Amino acid sequence: MPQDNRHHKDTQGTSLWRDAWVKLCKNYLALFGLAVLSLLCLVSLLTPWIAPYGYEEQNLLIGASGPSLQHWLGTDIFGRDMLTRIMYGGRVSLTVGFIATAVALLIGVLWGAVAGYVGGRTDALMMRIVDIMYALPFMIFIVLLMVVLGRNILLLFLAIGAVEWLTMARIVRSQVMALRKQEFVEAAHSLGLSQWTIIRRHIIPNTLGPVIVYTTLTIPNVMLLEAFLSFLGLGIQPPQSSWGLLINYGVETMEEYPWLLIFPGIALSLTLFALNFVGDGLRDALDPRTSKD
Amino acid sequence: MLRFALNRLLQAIPVLLIVISATFLLVHSAPGGPFSADKAVPPEVIKALEAQYNLDQPLWQQYVSYLSDVVRGDFGPSFKYSGRSVNELIAAGLPATAELALYAMLVALIIGISAGVAAAMRPNTLQDYLPMSAAMIGICMPSFLFGPLMVLVFGIHLEWLPVSGWGDMPGDKILPSITLGTGYAAYIARLSRGGMLEVLSQDYIRTARAKGLSEPLIIIKHALRGGLIPVVAFLGPAFAGLLGGSFVVETIFQIPGLGRFYVQAAFNRDYTMILGMTIFFATLIILFNLLSDMLAIWLNPKLRHQAGGRD
Amino acid sequence: MALLEVNGLKIYFHTRNGLVKAVDDVSFSVDAGETLAIVGESGSGKSVTCYSLLDLLPQPPAVIEAGTALFSGEDLLTCNRERMREIRGNDIAVIFQDPMTSLNPFISIGEQLIEPLIYHRDKARRKDRKTAHRLAVELLDEVGIINPEVRFDSFPHEFSGGMRQRVMIAMALINKPRLLICDEPTTALDVTIQAQILALIKKLQKTRDVAVIFISHDLGVVAGIADKVMVMCDGTIRESGDTARIFYNSENDYTRKLLAAIPEGAKVLPSRAVHNTPLVRVRDLNTYFRDASKAHSSTQYIKAVDGVSLDIQRGEILGLVGESGSGKSTLGRSILQLVPTTAGTVTFDDTVLGDLKPEQLVPWRRRMQMIFQDPYASLNPRMTVYETLAEPLLYHHLANSKTIDQQVRQLMDDVGLAHSQMRKYPHEFSGGQRQRIAIGRAIATKPELIIADEPVSALDVTIQAQILELILTLVERHNLTMLFISHDLSVVRYISDRVMVMNRGQIVECGETESVWANPQQEYTRQLLRAIPLADPNQERLRIGNI
Repeated sequence: MPQDNRHHKDTQGTSLWRDAWVKLCKNYLALFGLAVLSLLCLVSLLTPWIAPYGYEEQNLLIGASGPSLQHWLGTDIFGRDMLTRIMYGGRVSLTVGFIATAVALLIGVLWGAVAGYVGGRTDALMMRIVDIMYALPFMIFIVLLMVVLGRNILLLFLAIGAVEWLTMARIVRSQVMALRKQEFVEAAHSLGLSQWTIIRRHIIPNTLGPVIVYTTLTIPNVMLLEAFLSFLGLGIQPPQSSWGLLINYGVETMEEYPWLLIFPGIALSLTLFALNFVGDGLRDALDPRTSKD
Repeated sequence: MLRFALNRLLQAIPVLLIVISATFLLVHSAPGGPFSADKAVPPEVIKALEAQYNLDQPLWQQYVSYLSDVVRGDFGPSFKYSGRSVNELIAAGLPATAELALYAMLVALIIGISAGVAAAMRPNTLQDYLPMSAAMIGICMPSFLFGPLMVLVFGIHLEWLPVSGWGDMPGDKILPSITLGTGYAAYIARLSRGGMLEVLSQDYIRTARAKGLSEPLIIIKHALRGGLIPVVAFLGPAFAGLLGGSFVVETIFQIPGLGRFYVQAAFNRDYTMILGMTIFFATLIILFNLLSDMLAIWLNPKLRHQAGGRD
Repeated sequence: MALLEVNGLKIYFHTRNGLVKAVDDVSFSVDAGETLAIVGESGSGKSVTCYSLLDLLPQPPAVIEAGTALFSGEDLLTCNRERMREIRGNDIAVIFQDPMTSLNPFISIGEQLIEPLIYHRDKARRKDRKTAHRLAVELLDEVGIINPEVRFDSFPHEFSGGMRQRVMIAMALINKPRLLICDEPTTALDVTIQAQILALIKKLQKTRDVAVIFISHDLGVVAGIADKVMVMCDGTIRESGDTARIFYNSENDYTRKLLAAIPEGAKVLPSRAVHNTPLVRVRDLNTYFRDASKAHSSTQYIKAVDGVSLDIQRGEILGLVGESGSGKSTLGRSILQLVPTTAGTVTFDDTVLGDLKPEQLVPWRRRMQMIFQDPYASLNPRMTVYETLAEPLLYHHLANSKTIDQQVRQLMDDVGLAHSQMRKYPHEFSGGQRQRIAIGRAIATKPELIIADEPVSALDVTIQAQILELILTLVERHNLTMLFISHDLSVVRYISDRVMVMNRGQIVECGETESVWANPQQEYTRQLLRAIPLADPNQERLRIGNI
């Protein structure tokens, strides 16, 4: 029957995700950040194939030279191509950023979700632990860790991840707590839905927004921490490279060869900008308060 | 309030104990003793040294004796600077670091709060965009990049300000303080903007307007208190961050402060020094967290009554 | 000359989603000492109109496109900032809707009270702190704050809602304004408190000879205090005139619709209660919560439900009335085992629910459902209407993949939603439509018992009437038993066969609705009934006069 067919042309609703996406697309800074970020990730993935020179390829004859046609971003005192070194450094910095954030995400979401959902004494105990860990001087702890246990990149991931999960756990917990009191979750209970169904269908989809936002904002924090440690000589060790390490070298010679400081600095700052723009954009787009009017 | 403070101080004791134990264990589980460094030292010399620093005793005995020393405020002798105690070294580095942290905090608070409040007063105008863009730059430009760039521009290129030292030349405190404070100024600007926007959208601000109060009075008397609570709560973590930041800034500007000592100790594997300073930093940070929490509670009459109600 | 004369006022909001004509060509006048009521549903532009007079609208997005507002001959819309500051609080004062959020929590109420005096723009009228303090204490006394000298230094969180509203009133009157704008001043308050505040406003208006603009969504509230009534809808004036004419001889369809929507009188349909074994039997039920503010002492409990026993007969609608904090919501949730009970039994169809393990409870959950108050919070924002309605059906195996579409459509028909809206998300619906979705979800499993917790309190009065009709129809059609919880006595009377009055966790009185109304046995019930505002100016005036 023709009337029955009409049902299949039901007005398609716009979900909050779609809504957020549309809003994000109107935020040019966030789009710019997204573009820069995608480009960086692509370059990092392809670095071994597209880097103009070898990573350790020295050319002691030219030594440190400014930007030129052969070396777009100049060379360091050993005549190594800066563009190549920045590309390889970016690989390490981005990897640390993503993996350590993933560690933080995993621990933080699980911890926060369990505490928030179970509530009661379990929650009090779990959050007390978070509070205590918050009070610990972590920056100092990581320095200590790197000194004592050697400068191990895997350890760096874990250490940074172990610091950053605390805030994630707090955010997820407060979200879950708030959701648990929401009437639609109560309605799900009164329908007799199982705990797992409620968590899967009603809790998780509604906590995703803040988690995504905070994840995006954690990555730059992590990268900053890595660069900080590498700058002090306590993070990534040669022959590996990272932007923090390159900046450290750049500082040593900045009076004579300022580009050795400026280019890695731009690379780091630009990435942090991009990530922060995307994070802020996502927050604005996913914030329920801005989506109501 | 007093009881709240005492309560929190009591709670800080187990935290400190954890810090001391963890640090102690970490340091003592380090591969290679403190004297296995650079040049070959005859084994009998090492033996003698280990005896001098009690390293020949079982670990738990070392722990107990260290703990009892720490409780009495004695961090023991330095491994590397023979003849000098960790206490002496901390005392030598503390004034410069404290001064640096104070100036940096002032820079951060003055710039941060005024920028944040100005931005919140006229959101989505130039008065908002300009300081907030600057804040974004401040956040994305870490101190170890910002500092050297400042040195490059104001020290080397323009030759306006000295590029190293602390208290040796007039004006040599300016660059380090700004370098360390800028990042926090940016955070505080964002926090105070957010807090002020939140408060300014409250009904009671509308009430104040409807009463015919002037805008400056509304901002200062009605909005600042609530709007700056996030900033006050951030002071504790910010202080911890400043200590960490001082590692970098003191290294860049060659300031004889705690931060530089700590990094040097880390490189020299001066374990007693690391141990002592970590505990010292942890105590400071816990203390400042407590102070900032108490300030936040004192600012909020509802919490103040609850905290005071148990007296 | 009128005290305030508004002419051709147009206020448009320029939002991301286009132009909204919030106020469109509105004209009215208020004489000195007169009370004008502006009545309208949400979005009618009644508050926007008044806020524009004192430049309290956020601009942008609001833009005053046209019009004048002459206050004693001076145009409020064009006067400069400084002049506006002089007028605010001195000549025109405002009382806002929510006393919980309208006072600054960081400043003592005394300090807030004297601010208009000590910061007066006109230096000649500025008072020193001592004089201001004395005046404020006198005024606090006048608005009914007990022990004003001591309370002067208290903070807002130390006052109850009604007391805060009294403080707000004192604050508005402290500079002896000639015009007082009251924006829904009693909406956030309990009915007994509402009656007191209304009486207070009326008394002060007379003794101080101040003109009042009283904004409300509720015609009943304004009947007793307004000289003139102006009805607004969608930014335009639908009708205005003397109070008596509007109530007794309205010519306007919309006004008549508003009046008709006020729930009045008894339930029309006869009771369908079957008097053999009750469907629900509650015996000596206690539900206590730990008092969070006294977390350190283990003995402090809030007795939300304190020794309640009741029966709900099959087929009846049992009304449960009580003021905020009376424990009525907790009682509903306790019956459904949604909160842990402390003692006592709930028996549903001869089964003691408290004995069942959570898994065993599932088949029983199918048979009893709940409708919640806030249609904005009771729907998962990330699920479409279809998903929301299909979930209970699929979960309880009441439908399979073939029949589910048909069954969801059936449900949408039942609650009056168009099929075309099946794939939409909650945020795309109005409050009334959302409540329909929530009702659809509740009846999806063909339950026997429905507990409706304030299902119409968050809705506009015309929508409220529609939802009440829908509930009555569904109860008939699906043979439902219902516990209907509300703070609104008129609504409860309109819908229920039997009524229970709850106060401080206990059932105060219980009986056939009409006999309780006609002959209340308890003083608390009498107090509640006396407090109901009547949508009839003559009766309402008498009623207020008696308070």
